[in-house]
Amino acid sequence: MTVLSASHINKYFFEPEKFQVLQDVNFDVKRGEFLSIIGKSGCGKSTLLYILSTMDTDYEGSLEVNGERLTGLPQDTLAAFRNEHLGFVFQFHFLLPEFTVLQNVMLPALKLGKYSNKEIEERAYEKLRLVNMTEHARKQSSKLSGGQQQRVAIARALINDPTIIMGDEPTGNLDKANSGLVFDIFRRIAHENGQTIITVTHDPDFANGSDRIIEMSDGRIIRH
Amino acid sequence: MNLKLSFQIAQTHLLAKKRQTLVAMLGVTFGIAMFIVMISFMQGVNQFLEDSALDASPHVRIYNEVNTQRPSILDQTHSADSDVNIVHHQKPKQQLPRIKNGLQMVRLIEKMKGVLGVSPEVSSQAFFNNGPIQISGSMAGIDYPRENRLYNLDSRIKSGSFQALLTNPKGIVVGANLAKKLNVNVGDKVSVTTPTGGNLTLRVVGIFGFGIGTIDNIRCYTSIGTVQEILGKDASYITDIHLKMTDPLLALDFAQTLQKQFDIHTEDWGTANQAILAGKKIRNVMTFVISMTLLVVAGFGIYNIMNMNVINKLKDIAILKATGFGSKDVVAVFLLQAVIIGILGGFLGLLIGFGISYALSITPFETGDMISLKTFPVLFEVQYYLMGLAFGVITTVLAGYFPSRKAAKIDPVAILRG
Repeated sequence: MTVLSASHINKYFFEPEKFQVLQDVNFDVKRGEFLSIIGKSGCGKSTLLYILSTMDTDYEGSLEVNGERLTGLPQDTLAAFRNEHLGFVFQFHFLLPEFTVLQNVMLPALKLGKYSNKEIEERAYEKLRLVNMTEHARKQSSKLSGGQQQRVAIARALINDPTIIMGDEPTGNLDKANSGLVFDIFRRIAHENGQTIITVTHDPDFANGSDRIIEMSDGRIIRH
Repeated sequence: MNLKLSFQIAQTHLLAKKRQTLVAMLGVTFGIAMFIVMISFMQGVNQFLEDSALDASPHVRIYNEVNTQRPSILDQTHSADSDVNIVHHQKPKQQLPRIKNGLQMVRLIEKMKGVLGVSPEVSSQAFFNNGPIQISGSMAGIDYPRENRLYNLDSRIKSGSFQALLTNPKGIVVGANLAKKLNVNVGDKVSVTTPTGGNLTLRVVGIFGFGIGTIDNIRCYTSIGTVQEILGKDASYITDIHLKMTDPLLALDFAQTLQKQFDIHTEDWGTANQAILAGKKIRNVMTFVISMTLLVVAGFGIYNIMNMNVINKLKDIAILKATGFGSKDVVAVFLLQAVIIGILGGFLGLLIGFGISYALSITPFETGDMISLKTFPVLFEVQYYLMGLAFGVITTVLAGYFPSRKAAKIDPVAILRG
């Protein structure tokens, strides 16, 4: 079953001069697939990921997630869509420093408002257990190490049980041991929960362990 | 949009930076406290001046204006269209300041709507003789019970009483400063002469003080009959009718109505005290200009702090947006911070403003005998506090809105990609 389909995606940068970053990118992603996008710096893989994430709306072509066409929808609708169907893990962990670990994980679910506060807290603990961070739940998120923060970020990405989890170099800032941990969590999510993972990565080990690799060069897909 | 969640985030942000929050709050607090003090004090001064003017003067005075400029008989018989009429140094006609049918008029006006009290008076200039020295002043013949209702004379008495005027036809109540000049006390005799030559010796039965120099220096009260006697006039001779209304503002129109109805000259308190009314307007404008300046300065303080706040929180805003918070949620997060600062700072400002106003209102203020003022005049009115709070909240909302809008427009991609 296809959960994401990108067709004829073209993207231009206008600063400092007009430059085509993505050239007619087409691909489909299936449910439960663990997909890695690789390529040299500047090949447009991050740009592609942010288009898939719905945060970048300035492109040509069309994007469908869960059978819903997202191209051309207003920003606030897309935000609500992201909240429910997409999870994010970034290279620089990006937790909210003033909040506790638990609060960070709970925020997207509180925004969604599908469950009561008590249920959300239970679910947040469940996700933290998945990434093995339960004992740090009440800590200020800024007090954690990089690897720990990244695991919390994964728990946050999972809180609303999204269809797709996207990662922008999720292991780019981590040592070998922590990278392995994050990789294991991702594989488990994909294979046990049937959630789709799309990551952009430089790490060959990480990419080789995933189900499928898309390689890009100069704004085109050269292998998939 | 989930307001409760935005509020929680706003609260966490504020509590995480307590000192910065406090500084922003104190800006509003100071602005509003000064606003409260300024407006309470200025309005107190206005009220005091108005009261002191209104207390001792009637809302409407009815009198017969003695007009010295009348057309000459030549002008009346020969129209000056083609000729030029010249009459040198025309003398005024014999004219009495009497109000025709004054006492009937009093009874009529008394029954009118909105009238608090009416008092007929016979007033005359007078010379008070103290040995070889003559001191000029004015003498008012009054109907004590009526006049007392208008000016609360009993509360102005320093020694003796006004009631004695009812029992003693040769009694006189003298202004405090005038009594000092004449060197008389209750029980002493004083000789009064009018410009027309009448002379009477009266006994001082009381000494009063309004706290207004122009009255206490020259005025004395006696009964209507006594003044009529000294002037050699009949019992219906009345020169002034004073009246007070339940609402002083009604008097301005009422004076016009009376003037038309009775075809007689009237003067309302507004005309008689134009300087005070003009001063009031000027002070009001001044109060608002200064208060607004204070609030605008506080507003800019909040604007700066909120702007810095947004810049410091770019990463957080990007994260919130990536995880599904819409631009409205982001605006709410930052606007709520401004509103919380505004409301808390505002309430603190009201409290401090009240404290300072109260301290001012009990501070002794030495003015001498002339003015009946012991402490600074301060007015405590709920509406000033509501106004202060409203201004404070409006300023902070405006100051917080623009940085919040900026936060909502931030492109998360640019920040998340690093």
